[in-house]
Amino acid sequence: METGQKMQCRIKNEMQLTFDAISVNEAFARIAVAAFVTPLNPTVEEFSDIKTAVSEAVTNAIIHGYDEEFVKAEGAEGENKVYLHCMIVDDVLQVEVRDTGKGIDDIERAMEPLFTTKPELDRSGMGFAFMEAFMDDLEVQSEPGKGTIVQMKKKLGTMSWIGKEE
Amino acid sequence: MEDNFKVIDNYLMVKMPEEVDHHKAVYISKTADQYIMQEGVGNVVFDFEDTRFMDSSGIGIIIGRYKKISYFGGKVFAVNTDMRIRRTLMICGLHKVIEIME
Repeated sequence: METGQKMQCRIKNEMQLTFDAISVNEAFARIAVAAFVTPLNPTVEEFSDIKTAVSEAVTNAIIHGYDEEFVKAEGAEGENKVYLHCMIVDDVLQVEVRDTGKGIDDIERAMEPLFTTKPELDRSGMGFAFMEAFMDDLEVQSEPGKGTIVQMKKKLGTMSWIGKEE
Repeated sequence: MEDNFKVIDNYLMVKMPEEVDHHKAVYISKTADQYIMQEGVGNVVFDFEDTRFMDSSGIGIIIGRYKKISYFGGKVFAVNTDMRIRRTLMICGLHKVIEIME
């Protein structure tokens, strides 16, 4: 019954946020996306998946996109921004996290589980692996010196649907 | 926050915060290392009782401390883990190197 109602009311919401590339904003970003997705009535599990994936993408932008080396070379301390763009199209959440930082040299390598360029910062190298595990679709575009765009998609409400089928 | 670190016998008990992310991880790792060095504890216990969110930064904290103490034969424990935390730890295969308890 509830699913039927949800199907009928098609929504196309959009949210755009720009925030400073500082670690305290990691929590802000994931909470903002969690709030944005509430009209789709996600399960606790889905909320958690989305928050984790957003947290990973934003953390990457902050510590890798705008790493110390980049900030020093550009002399751009305190001016670095992370751009978050979210869309709901029917029952699919689309999240885009963009930075104008140093970019990724080898995307394939960067996406390997446990690969990290910053082991000294205790990074586990699991960021992209988590995004892949918790979302349905992940695309990464990057150009060294220009920045990185991470796009993720997740279809919501599949849990109850799977339950029904059974 | 210092209350979240306690040494009992040869164990460092670390009470993890409600949200474990990169923002919090830097402080936790640094403080845990200070205790490990100064007090010379052999084992570390991470208590997730209050934790409702954890991303890969939490994995980094655990692996980092594991590397430090396992070199001297120490063990790492994760206790009071809910299903979600356990799932996150197991995706990384951490259950093979640390002790995970509910």
